[in-house]
Amino acid sequence: MTHETEGADPVGRPAIPHKPPLINPIWVRVTHWCTALAVILMVLSGWRIYDASPVFRGLTIPAQWTLGGWLGGALQWHFAAMWLLFASFLVYLLLNLVTGRFFRKFFPLSPRLIFQDLFKALTGKLGHEDLSHFNAVQKLAYLSAIVALIVIVLSGLAIWKSVQFPLLRDLMGGYDNARIVHFCAMAFIVLFFLVHVAMVALVPRSLLTMLRGR
Amino acid sequence: MIIRKKTSLLIDPSLDRQLILKDAEKELQMPTRRLFGKRALTLGGLSMLTGCSLTDDKSVSAFLSSVSRLNDQVQGWLFDPHKLAPEYPESMLTKPFPFNAFYDIDSVPDVDGDDYKLQISGLVRDKHPWSLPELYALPQTSQITRHICVEGWSAIGHWGGTRFSDFLQRIGADTSAKYIGFKCADDYYESIDMATALHPQTLLAFTYDGQTLPPKYGYPMKLRMPTKLGYKNPKHITEMFVTNTFPGGYWVDQGYNWFGGS
Repeated sequence: MTHETEGADPVGRPAIPHKPPLINPIWVRVTHWCTALAVILMVLSGWRIYDASPVFRGLTIPAQWTLGGWLGGALQWHFAAMWLLFASFLVYLLLNLVTGRFFRKFFPLSPRLIFQDLFKALTGKLGHEDLSHFNAVQKLAYLSAIVALIVIVLSGLAIWKSVQFPLLRDLMGGYDNARIVHFCAMAFIVLFFLVHVAMVALVPRSLLTMLRGR
Repeated sequence: MIIRKKTSLLIDPSLDRQLILKDAEKELQMPTRRLFGKRALTLGGLSMLTGCSLTDDKSVSAFLSSVSRLNDQVQGWLFDPHKLAPEYPESMLTKPFPFNAFYDIDSVPDVDGDDYKLQISGLVRDKHPWSLPELYALPQTSQITRHICVEGWSAIGHWGGTRFSDFLQRIGADTSAKYIGFKCADDYYESIDMATALHPQTLLAFTYDGQTLPPKYGYPMKLRMPTKLGYKNPKHITEMFVTNTFPGGYWVDQGYNWFGGS
């Protein structure tokens, strides 16, 4: 403790500490939070839209968990947040590819590495001392979230514009099937969200790196 | 002691405890920061306690409406007048085809076909009203297409009638105008963009599955557009007009998206 305050100025403020290396550049942080906001708005309004005509009989979402007040309001939220998701996720993907961060951070990845790290995690031996490096389970989780987002955007487009995007419609197995794909991608993203938030609660420093970058 | 701790940190990197403690100590050294964080949290908490729902806020709904109008434009650009909605074999018809309206099936309007005249107004050369026999005498075509409801469900139906673009030409409509508006016997009203009105699959429909359009499906006629959601397809049409002034629609004026195209 004492050696840490040695450099304090006369007013008692600590000296500027040596800055740790930047883990999350500003564009990762901005696109992360914009995408997170868009996903939350789209999931909550999407639940209200889903309730207007449930895909799975007997499965409805309590109205108080939803956004929009009624179908028309929920549709307005959904198709407004769509632009935020589209812009922010596109910038995230493009900059990841252009800067090479995508391959640096997410690869190499193999089933072997995933099982090794999963075993370590379950036995409490997986460390998080170096937040600039993803373990294999993290890599898999984030990559699947990216894939789920791509699937949810494509299936959403197939539902919204089933006549204008015939290729997407056929890829999703027709209009009705696109709704099932859209729902499953949503369920996966919600599951990812819950696990992600639980992990952040376990390693709170990771939240700081997504806020101030270090 | 200190040396042992340091070595344990080196040999057992799996423990985060030291690092978390170190972070916490650092944070404790910055009282102003902590205070700011605390106050920010309390402010956020207060704003949530006021019970204001995002959806009730006037500026929020104004913003959402303007995004919806922007989405009308985007959909106008995305709309390809040559792209056709898929057509299906008769075996895929949804039976029974669902009845859907803003009222109960008992309140379906009873239109007298003998007295019926389709009124035409606006930017049109020939404004004479059309009787049903006159309309039935026009060239007829039919389609088996998917009706997609804004609620999400869909159903495949079989409609017959005259191609709306041919009808517009026949009455000398100004096809450079922006909108076509409709008024209906059930007090419904709706309007569509000219590009969709001219789409080859847009039908002024008089039959359902080979029979005269029954009252529940919109007797004496509905506008059938497989490129638009269900609420854009008006039933029991009594009047139509061509205009450049935005006419709105029954659901559109309550918040549904105007273009409503698929």
